[in-house]
Amino acid sequence: MTLTINGETVTVPDEVKTVSDLLSYFQLTNKLAIVEVNVRIIEKHEYGTTALADGDRIEIVHFVGGG
Amino acid sequence: MVIVGAGALGAGNAEALVRAGIGKLTIIDRDYVEWSNLQRQQLYSEADAIARLPKAIAAKRRLEQINSEVEIEAIVGDAGPEELEAIAAEQRPDVWIDATDNFDTRLVLNDVAYKYRIPWIYGACVGSYGLSCAFIPGRTPCLYCLLETVPQGGLTCDTAGIIGPAVQMVVSYQVAEALKMLVEDWAALRGKLVSFDLWTNEYAAVRIDAVKKEDCPTCGRHPSYPFLSYDQRTKAAVLCGRDSVQIRPPVQREYEIDELAEMFRRQGLQTEANPYLVAVSLGGGKRLVVFADGRALVHGTKDVHEAKTIYYRYLG
Repeated sequence: MTLTINGETVTVPDEVKTVSDLLSYFQLTNKLAIVEVNVRIIEKHEYGTTALADGDRIEIVHFVGGG
Repeated sequence: MVIVGAGALGAGNAEALVRAGIGKLTIIDRDYVEWSNLQRQQLYSEADAIARLPKAIAAKRRLEQINSEVEIEAIVGDAGPEELEAIAAEQRPDVWIDATDNFDTRLVLNDVAYKYRIPWIYGACVGSYGLSCAFIPGRTPCLYCLLETVPQGGLTCDTAGIIGPAVQMVVSYQVAEALKMLVEDWAALRGKLVSFDLWTNEYAAVRIDAVKKEDCPTCGRHPSYPFLSYDQRTKAAVLCGRDSVQIRPPVQREYEIDELAEMFRRQGLQTEANPYLVAVSLGGGKRLVVFADGRALVHGTKDVHEAKTIYYRYLG
């Protein structure tokens, strides 16, 4: 499946089917992140049920504390 | 304007805003200048590190050299609920700039900002990554709406370090939004949580208005401002990027620095002092630094319990 993530075209393996899968693929599961799929922010309880499709446009922003 | 924190982001924001000629700047910070800060904390010099000057004081001195027409107030202290509420009530700043290094303080700032209806601008960075977002009461959701939870550890410059350009990028986002607010050009505000990585050349931006939660305890219909009502226990926090723990006593103390230094010297401890703090070498790589208000930094440990033990052993 080919996705546009943060403006870059990225091909992910077939196992990546949901937002949860995508976050684990990028090792972001334990990070606090905001995920937007096709300009809609996905609530955290929807990560496991939000299916991804070829061509989806995804923005991922993770929080850090430093400063 | 008020800048909360005088580390890398605080120093960068302060210099830009003072050069822009804002009327008054208050900067609050609990720490003092160390050598390792000089790589990115642009207001400070080697002389400040040698003198262990509190960052708020060193910042004020440098900022007054840059633009003497701006009134600068330096507060050496922890930015807790009481301190930030006092600043909000007394000064009614136009904007808060977040230059803290932890989410506990940010959530307190978020509560104070929404309670007093003053915009604040989040900024954070680690490694080559950074992000920023402006939170405006009545116009945008708040930080708690986005987070839904309090982040726990592992997300600071403690392990990853930080490059100067990542600091400057976040500072640029924060200052640009602050300037728009000061001239009341609300339509020009970004309205997005923006992030970048200068090493991997990534950029992302998410529009935040849809995440507003009506039951949010900070910005919902019936706010309770939960982060302003923490009970008054002795608070301890591991400092960002440092092998250090801050201890904050439940009731503010008022030490005479000279007397405190003399007390440590009588115990045979190697002690140095300036008008703001006393630094004591404890052996085993540990150092205790005590400020006049009773706050202390215990260096050489990340263990909060050990730090508290040391604090009470020497200060009672």
